[in-house]
This record gives sequence, structure tokens and C-alpha cells, in this order.
Amino acid sequence: MATLKELAKKPKFFTNGHRGCAGCGAAIVARQVMMATEGNVVVANATGCLEVFSTIFPYTSWNVPFIHSAFENAAATISGVESCYLALKKQKKIDKNLKFIAFGGDGGTYDIGLQSLSGAMERGHDILYVCYDNGAYMNTGIQRSSATPKGANTTTAPAGKVEQGKTQKKKDLTAVLIAHHVPYVAQAVVGDWTDLTKKVEKALSITGPKFINVFQPCRLGWGYDPSKTVEVGRLAKETCFWPSYEVEKGKYRLNYDPKDKKKPVTEFLKPQARFKHLFKKENESLLKEIQQDVDDAWQNLLKMCKCTNE
Amino acid sequence: MADKKLTVARTGNEAMAEAMRQINPDVVAAYPITPATEIAQIFAGFVADGLVDTEFVTVESEHSAMSATIGAAAAGGRCMTATSSQGLMLMAEMLPIASALRLPIVMPEVNRTISAPINIHCDHSDTMFVRDSGWMQVYCEDAQEAYDSVLMGIKIAEKVRLPMIVSTDGFIISHCMANMDLIDDRDVKDYIGKYKPQTWLLNPEKKITIGCLDLQDYYFEHKMVAIDAMRNAKSVIKECCEEFGEKFGRKYGFFDTYKMEDAEVAILAMGSLAGTAKVVVDNMRKTGRKAGLIKMRVFRPFPADELARAVSGLKALAIMDRSDAMSGLEGPLAVETKAALYDSAGKPKIHSYVYGLGGRDVQISEIENVYKDICDFAQAKKKFGENVTYLGVRE
Repeated sequence: MATLKELAKKPKFFTNGHRGCAGCGAAIVARQVMMATEGNVVVANATGCLEVFSTIFPYTSWNVPFIHSAFENAAATISGVESCYLALKKQKKIDKNLKFIAFGGDGGTYDIGLQSLSGAMERGHDILYVCYDNGAYMNTGIQRSSATPKGANTTTAPAGKVEQGKTQKKKDLTAVLIAHHVPYVAQAVVGDWTDLTKKVEKALSITGPKFINVFQPCRLGWGYDPSKTVEVGRLAKETCFWPSYEVEKGKYRLNYDPKDKKKPVTEFLKPQARFKHLFKKENESLLKEIQQDVDDAWQNLLKMCKCTNE
Repeated sequence: MADKKLTVARTGNEAMAEAMRQINPDVVAAYPITPATEIAQIFAGFVADGLVDTEFVTVESEHSAMSATIGAAAAGGRCMTATSSQGLMLMAEMLPIASALRLPIVMPEVNRTISAPINIHCDHSDTMFVRDSGWMQVYCEDAQEAYDSVLMGIKIAEKVRLPMIVSTDGFIISHCMANMDLIDDRDVKDYIGKYKPQTWLLNPEKKITIGCLDLQDYYFEHKMVAIDAMRNAKSVIKECCEEFGEKFGRKYGFFDTYKMEDAEVAILAMGSLAGTAKVVVDNMRKTGRKAGLIKMRVFRPFPADELARAVSGLKALAIMDRSDAMSGLEGPLAVETKAALYDSAGKPKIHSYVYGLGGRDVQISEIENVYKDICDFAQAKKKFGENVTYLGVRE
């Protein structure tokens, strides 16, 4: 893996000057994923924050071939691009070796783009799909998605006098992708650049469909100080709210194990305004429930790591 | 070229699939839907037998079919798909994106009505639903025309840099076998030539960003380029039809006319009805009525001036729509034809008909009555209560 010094010297394939918010986690995802490539990549992007803030005509932050067409179809679009590459390569119209990366937010991936993603993964295209999961429709103004965590306050599942934010659990999309039995699936967080870089490098070295689900703090939708993006991302990992792990050819591997230093989930929830109401006295049981969900999922993950490597 | 005649019997779907084999696209992404399923299915056989070099992508929906085709076409390939009805409706979001990105995708389509109620049979509601999506639209009367139009479509689309739908009437043409002449593989190859995209995503010489966010300051100008392309498409279509006629002996235009030279009354129709109407024109002529037929082929771009000239001098015109736009007006062909004739001095009296929805069969006798009625209408012997008559519907 490249060192941080080496990475910093690389040409910028995703450049600065975009219109992301101060402290935008999605821009960090794009920057780090692109840094982990050699620039020989073609990018497709679903409609969403990243596409909107990085391609305002006549400007573009993409120093690689880039295509956006709609919201729910980044995976189908990149399938077409990759298929055309194979056809043109066969005819010797292209001699370069290219890699293909699609980016989508959680709305474009967990929800409206799930079918397109599932289809592309099943068909076995040689692509890497990166979901930047900030747990709501941030681009349209913080509406709940199936990636929104239980209890979070969003504009379509607000915390009110009767309801305490989203009542349902977050969809486990990573598990859905693992069930596609593709060669590589991983979870990562914003805030651990070595882990994400390694995962992208590894994914791009593998032929076939790959999926990386990057948990991405959104200062606007989550409600924290813009300087805390990396910190909040790390807390998601350290509380095991968003474990960092990978599944390669069916074998689970934990990339971060807090062992006996596992932090309580409240440390992740507390700095975020979207969970503020959970800290009222009357919502204690809800906090407990969330902790229990995290613990159960963590135990389950440990079991999977053990049993798939026996 | 034209003397190598290969006469075969083919269904509409087989004919369009055969054209696709000869085109040998770089990428075909398709999803099954009745009655267009066979096109992709037959093509899959060509792929399996190594008769084409195509990357065939068996997508999980028509939305993805169009999305993958757009991705592939933007990447720099000659790319095709095929669909019908609900499939076309599911693609609807992506259709204006294909046209605004100026991608010359040619899509064989089989006209089937749209739900609800669900029905797999022919009318033109599906393609009419997407008539404003920036795709050129050609409606075909038979397998021969469908085959020729797909081949011509490649040439036209790549010159205009807009996508094209070439459609046949579901089951009536798609599944019925007819004699037709094929063009030799090599001649097709020479005719369509190699595809050279102007801008392409995979061009190693130039990195481009496709599909930018385009706000108040640029959107209108960018849209205008596509609008102009459609406005200018007519001259390309005309040239390509002439070239095709010279090369292969079959002449096409924006519309075909039958016995219009001295016609006093005529029917304007699209698709397979034209075949029925020709028989009726001959019958009418035997009874002394000067009947004619205009078979509309190119609906987008709408050949307004040419149509106005073609109907000028007629006493009465019946416009036959195989769809109803539920606009509270008339069918789309009638509405647009009337708009085209607004400034025309010699416009005929017009009555329109909506017929054959959901595959309702149209009898020769019904079309004879249409001709008789408009003959009487021309001579002021008949008045219609409304501008549109729903033909063959039970009350």
C-alpha cells in the first residue's frame, strides 16, 4: 500500500474547488477512493450530493472520464460503459487497461438504485461500486432512507411529540451484497484513510464485481461541527456502530477490533444533533435498544469472522 | 448491390433481429417483454453462435437496459436495445437523457398498448407516450420496412446524433411472416460504415465529464442544441432515404402515398393499417370514389410542411390514430396534423378516428365506411357530431 506521503504526491483525480459543504464527508470518500487508483479509471455517479457539487457546468472536479445520467442507475450505467470497453478492446480500438468505479449515495444505492446494483453484481461486471452512506437523502434536504439509523431525526421521519425519529432499523446493505457472492465486499468509514485506501487497492486488484460501503458523516444532515467529520466517522467504528470489515471470497475479516475498548454507542450518537432527542430522560429505553442492536450485530459479525475462517 | 436479391420469409421481429445481426452492434442491453421479446432472444442466439461480436448485457429491467445502453453509447460504441409497451414506459426517464446526450441509439420497438387494463396487443399508445422524448420515431407497415428502417436508422441517427425508435405493430407485424428481401451482409457493412463518435467517454486522448449539473445559466443553450438537431433531422432523413433507394431499390420518405395523384379524399394512417387501407383504396376506386392513402412513417421529427403539401387539394381527410392521448382533444396524429395545417391555405376538411385500441381488429368494411363517410363529409352530405369518432368500440 502507498504511504500517505506517496498518496499526497499523486495527481489529483478528484480535484479541489468543488462545491461540497465545509467538512463534507462525501468529498473525502471521493478523494480517497480516487487517490487509491492509478488514474486509469472511468467513473459513473448516481445523482446526489457528490454529482451535484462536483460537476456544475462549466466546471468538473473529475480528472478522469466521468458519466452521470440519473439517480437509480449508476450500476447499470457503469455496466454499459464496461461492456463497451470490452467490445472496443476486442476490436483494438482501445489498448489501455481501464478500471470502472461507480459512486452512489445511500438513497441511490440502498433505495432507488438497489435493483440496478443487484443486477450489475449478479451479471459479474468488472466494476467497483462505492456507496457513500450518510444515512439520509441529504441532497434533497435530509429525508429518511432505508439507511437512516433507528431514532435519527430526519425531515420525513422527524422527532416530534409522539414519534422519536425513524422507528425502523437501518437496512444491512453490506449483508445484501455479501449474499450476491461477489468476490469482494467491504465496509469502511470516513476517518480511516489507510483502511479505505487498502480496500480500494485490493478491490481494484480483483476481477469481477466489488462493493465497498463507506460510512460517511454529513455535517449538515447529522448536525455536528464541520471540523468533526473525521472524528465522528472514527466514533462510528470505535463504537462498532459501523464495523470495519471485509468479505473476500466468502471469508469475513475484521479490519478493526476494539476488543475490550469498545466504546458505548452514545459516544457516537451524542455529538450529532439528529440524535439529540434520544438523550431526553424518557428516551432512555430507546438508547438501550440501539445499544442492544449494535451489540447483537457485532456479536454476529464476530461469529461470521470465526466460522468462515475455520 | 441491388441485384443480389435474397428473398426470405420473416416475421417483423425476425426481420429486426436480422438487421441487428448485420449491424453487429458493440453492445446490446435488453430485457424481455411481449411482443418484443423475440428480438433480443433471436439476437442472443446470434451471440451464442458467434455470429456477432456484440457484448450482450442481460439486464434486470428496461430502465437498466436503457441506462446500460446509454452508458455504452456514451463510452463510444454503436449500441442498441429493443422493447415494447411497459418496458418503454419504464425506460421513459432515460429516453430524454439519451437524446440530450446526443447518443445515436437505434431501438427496435414493437407497438403494444399500455396498462391498465393489462393487454399485450397492438396500439400505438406506448411510443406515443414518449413522443416528446427527443427520439426520432419511425412507424413501419411490414417486416420489410422494419428491416430497412432499422438499417437506415443507424445511418440517420449517427448523422443527426439523436436516437431513433423503429416500431412495428405488435403481433400484426411482429409475429406474422411475410416475404421480404434481405440485403447481403457485406453490403450492409459497407452501407452503415464504421461508427466514429465525435466525443466518447473512453477516448484515451481526452478526458470528459458527461452529464454535468447544468443550471439556469447554461441549460437552455445546451437543450437548444438538441432541439436544433431534431429540427435539422428532416434533411438527413430525406438524404438517407434517397441514398437507400438508390442503393437498394426500395424508396422511403417521411410518408408513403398511395394513389394520391388525383385523390379527393384520403386516409392518413400509420403502421399496419396502411396495408388494409390500400386494399380499401382499390375497392373505393372501383366504385368511382377518388380515394387515396398517406402512410405516415416518420412521426418525429414531424414533417409538417411536407404533410401540408401532400394533403393540399384534398376535399376531405380522415386521420387514423391507434392511440388516444386522453387529452380531451383527438388522437396525437390528428392533433399534430391539424397543428401542421393551421397556416396552410388549401387544407381539407378533417375528421379523425381512434381505432384498434388494445389490439381490437380493424375490418376492411370498417375502413370502407370511413372512406364513404369522408366522401359524404367532403360533399357536405354528412356532419359529424364531434371531431373524433371512436371506431369499432361497443357502446
